[in-house]
Amino acid sequence: MTIVYWVCGALLALAAGCAIVRIFRGPSLLDRMLATDVLLVIVGSALLVHAVITGSLVNLVFVLVMAIAGFLGSVTVARTVAAREQR
Amino acid sequence: MSPADWSTVRDVAVAVLLVLGCLMSLAAGIGLLRFPDLLSRMHAATKPQVLGLLCLLAAAALAAGQWAWVPVLVLIWILQLLTAPVSAHMVGRAAYRSKHLKEHMLVVDDLADVVRRAEEADAETAPGTETTRALDG
Repeated sequence: MTIVYWVCGALLALAAGCAIVRIFRGPSLLDRMLATDVLLVIVGSALLVHAVITGSLVNLVFVLVMAIAGFLGSVTVARTVAAREQR
Repeated sequence: MSPADWSTVRDVAVAVLLVLGCLMSLAAGIGLLRFPDLLSRMHAATKPQVLGLLCLLAAAALAAGQWAWVPVLVLIWILQLLTAPVSAHMVGRAAYRSKHLKEHMLVVDDLADVVRRAEEADAETAPGTETTRALDG
């Protein structure tokens, strides 16, 4: 099982690296926001993997907060961009 | 089968679900880097949000081995299922409105027709004013 945990950690780290590169490069604000959303989901996935490793599901509350915060963030940024575009 | 066998089966299932869920995250990361415009990147970004999260939540439920946590896990997944389409819709609409897409890559563009007709209707009623009212609906 230890190998599986390392593989999961490596996959998540690689995915987070890709998302961060997109946050740096992203041509538009929406690209950066999308990449940030993916990064947040990756952090939630890491929390779940950590929960499996340690066997305690105490961190589950943070995954719940992640699900709500990602929604609020992306909707807010999308509305801001749309409102700015209308003027 | 003996309890030890079942424990092995559970471990293998947890391992497969974990790696699958993490692979979804990696697919989203690679898609974010490789895809050319915002709409195709949005397509890649939804993979870990729904299927990847489902795999990892199932792995956590199996590893915990008690029913008490299952409602919380189901709540997380349902919240994500409800909110991901809403935010994707908002982002897609903002992208279309601010022209952050490569229009020659679209196969079907239903919205262009609606926008054109709304602009024509606006031009008939009030000439010289350009609005994007069709996108608000």
